[in-house]
Amino acid sequence: MSGTRDDSVPRNRLPSAREIGVDDLVRRMFATYGVEDVPAERIPREPTALPWGELKQTFALPADIEERAGIEIRDDVPPDRSRLELLLSREVDRRTAVKLLAIGLVLGFGFLQTACRALLPVGARSDEEREKAKLSLEEYFKRHYRLMTDEEKRATIERLERLYELETGKRPHISTQGPHEGVLYGYAFNISKCRGYLECIRGCIEENNLDRGTDMRYIRIHEIPAGGFSLARANDSFYHEVPAEGHMYVGTQCYHCENPPCVEVCPVQATWKEPDGIVVVDYDWCIGCRYCQAACPYDGRRFNWRTPHVPVEEINLNQHYLGNRLRRKGVMEKCTFCIQRVRQGRLPACVEACPTGARVFGNLLDPNSEIRWILENKKVFRLKEDLGTEPKFWYYMD
Amino acid sequence: MRVLVAFFRDALDSATAGSLRYHLWMAFLTFMMVLGAYAYTVQLREGLAVTGMYDYVSWGLYISNITFLVGVAAAALMLVLPTYIFRDTDFVRAVLFGEGMAVAALIMCLAFVIVDMGGPARLWHMLPVVGIFNWPRSMLAWDVIVLNGYLFINLTVPFYILYNHYQGRRPNPRVYLPGVLISLVWAVGIHLVTAFLYAGLPARPFWNSSLLGPRFLASAFSAGPALMIIILTVIRRTTPYTIADSTLHKLGLVVTGAAQVNLVMLISEMFKEFYWPTEHSRSAIYLFFGLDGQRALVPWMWLSLSMVSLATLALTVPALRRRKAVLLTASALLFVGIWIEKGMGLIVPGFVPEPWGRIFVEYSPTWVEWTVTLGIWALGAWVFTILAKVAVGVEVRYQRLRAEAEAARASAPEPHLVSSPASPA
Repeated sequence: MSGTRDDSVPRNRLPSAREIGVDDLVRRMFATYGVEDVPAERIPREPTALPWGELKQTFALPADIEERAGIEIRDDVPPDRSRLELLLSREVDRRTAVKLLAIGLVLGFGFLQTACRALLPVGARSDEEREKAKLSLEEYFKRHYRLMTDEEKRATIERLERLYELETGKRPHISTQGPHEGVLYGYAFNISKCRGYLECIRGCIEENNLDRGTDMRYIRIHEIPAGGFSLARANDSFYHEVPAEGHMYVGTQCYHCENPPCVEVCPVQATWKEPDGIVVVDYDWCIGCRYCQAACPYDGRRFNWRTPHVPVEEINLNQHYLGNRLRRKGVMEKCTFCIQRVRQGRLPACVEACPTGARVFGNLLDPNSEIRWILENKKVFRLKEDLGTEPKFWYYMD
Repeated sequence: MRVLVAFFRDALDSATAGSLRYHLWMAFLTFMMVLGAYAYTVQLREGLAVTGMYDYVSWGLYISNITFLVGVAAAALMLVLPTYIFRDTDFVRAVLFGEGMAVAALIMCLAFVIVDMGGPARLWHMLPVVGIFNWPRSMLAWDVIVLNGYLFINLTVPFYILYNHYQGRRPNPRVYLPGVLISLVWAVGIHLVTAFLYAGLPARPFWNSSLLGPRFLASAFSAGPALMIIILTVIRRTTPYTIADSTLHKLGLVVTGAAQVNLVMLISEMFKEFYWPTEHSRSAIYLFFGLDGQRALVPWMWLSLSMVSLATLALTVPALRRRKAVLLTASALLFVGIWIEKGMGLIVPGFVPEPWGRIFVEYSPTWVEWTVTLGIWALGAWVFTILAKVAVGVEVRYQRLRAEAEAARASAPEPHLVSSPASPA
């Protein structure tokens, strides 16, 4: 074996906690929380990892073990996981195998550590990662959005914005703008105008930072063959020129029911109806049981089956805590009538994107609004009215 | 306090010592659990995308197993009721295993709840004080309460009885009977609440039926005791603990009655769905005959249906029921048949067709789901084996202590150790 080994670890003696670096780790952990006042420059940047030569020494492995296996591992650097695994997969006797596994343990090649790494500030390699870990930990213990004080809301917004900035270099603006007095939002959809251009879907995906990986869509446009208003015979993933001869087009999305079954069933009240009628989800409170999805009669909810992916350059940085901020895997999400826009007095992205004017959005409590005019002058209807859910989403014809 | 420590030490001894076969069995279960844990780490890392579930079938194998196992847990009622209330001596020697089965089933339920969660780390949001519990609005909140409460009752009552037997004392009915009475109501409660969890959803017409709750109870009271018959047969063969034929026969009677009621309810459900099929019957049509050319569940359902009917018919004939081979086979058929029906036959078709009436990709569990499921079943079997092993140890010792006391009383009577042979406890 080549002799670049550090001689501070004598033969036949296990290294102490200090030599392995446990002391440092503990100190760093407490330093993060100001338990012990250690100046930042004295906190080591890198946790002390054991070089391969030292490990061989400590575990009394044969000096030429990696040569015999036909693998090259440098003595003066810590071995990486794949090399150790390769070594383990070669023909080694049982004692050596056990030793290799023990080395794996010492180096922390375990699933437990990987699983906890996102939460614990231990073992983070850089200042940035340490900050991220600290912020994530604080995020983990935060309260339900509706129970937060203004100060807590401000703190969590700061953390969320900073976390995304650390990750991508871009800083979003996350709003906590509440509902306006005397406003109740409603939506109307003109089925004689919609021609299936799907611009609404594109606008929605871009506005709401929807997962591009699984092609998530809040809105579905159903292409129904003539001869009856039957969604069961419809196709909502068409790729041909529209409007197709002999077909009509109907859009569905969350109807923001006045009497929402999804809110009723949530075991932790992670979803609720805001005073302006928007049904929202607290993404950080949702436990991912998907009971709301089972309870929704309108196919209005979407689950993050894997970590959602939105390319950094396509991110919409104008965000709302209850709206289009970035979601994580394992939580429910849904249409929020673009809460980040409508509470700023703008229209939802789908309404703005629609080239045919089939979509109308407005304040149901304002007698002069367009939506009120439609409800009073057009023959409107809603879907599955017999369920008593009172959707705030009407269909009408010219 | 010292007795308590000794009890747990002896329990540990009894659970860790045993024949080679016992150790092989436990090693096998541990292996399966580790396998399941591995599959679960894959799911944790990648998200629930590694399961067969998707937005249109958002509950699958995990929730199916919960539904079935809640029934198995509730079935302890069928042993507890005759033993403690009717003082039926035939059930005395089986009741502790019934309660053990309930504990194991409940632990499996809770494990299935956790693996089904998208954010298991955030489950603390359900805890009182620090979290928010949507009670009494959400049926899932009710379910969490009743399952944990039932687990508590089924841990404490048998513990009290075993602890007294361990010391050679007769347990005091005044202490344990209130617990028993609560557990009887509670057992019905857990399965009804679980049924209401589905029946309360107008979005899913297949579940939105008033017969769902009663039907859950009937199928549970046949599947649970059916499993008990199989377990008791194994215990009788492998341990010194004696269980009379009459116990098995009476359990067989319970299974038969419940299975008959279950079949009647199934027929009335099928009549309602198929005599005049409406739009709301589409799930049932999909389940039994296939819809729009999609028929993944059809073989499962007919297999289950024939298993349940065959077993119920065989058990209905007394001459057949009394034959041990028939009783065991019918019990196994019923258990598996009802597992399929409560699982793939109830949860999945509830989501198919989707709310707008279409069928997309048919749900089929992935290897991750199957492996995690097997792991959790192994966990249940592991828990039950330990509980049963300890209980057998204590009970065999109690029989010896009592025999010694009887012998001692013959020479010099000891009033505090008096017990009558017919005493159920």
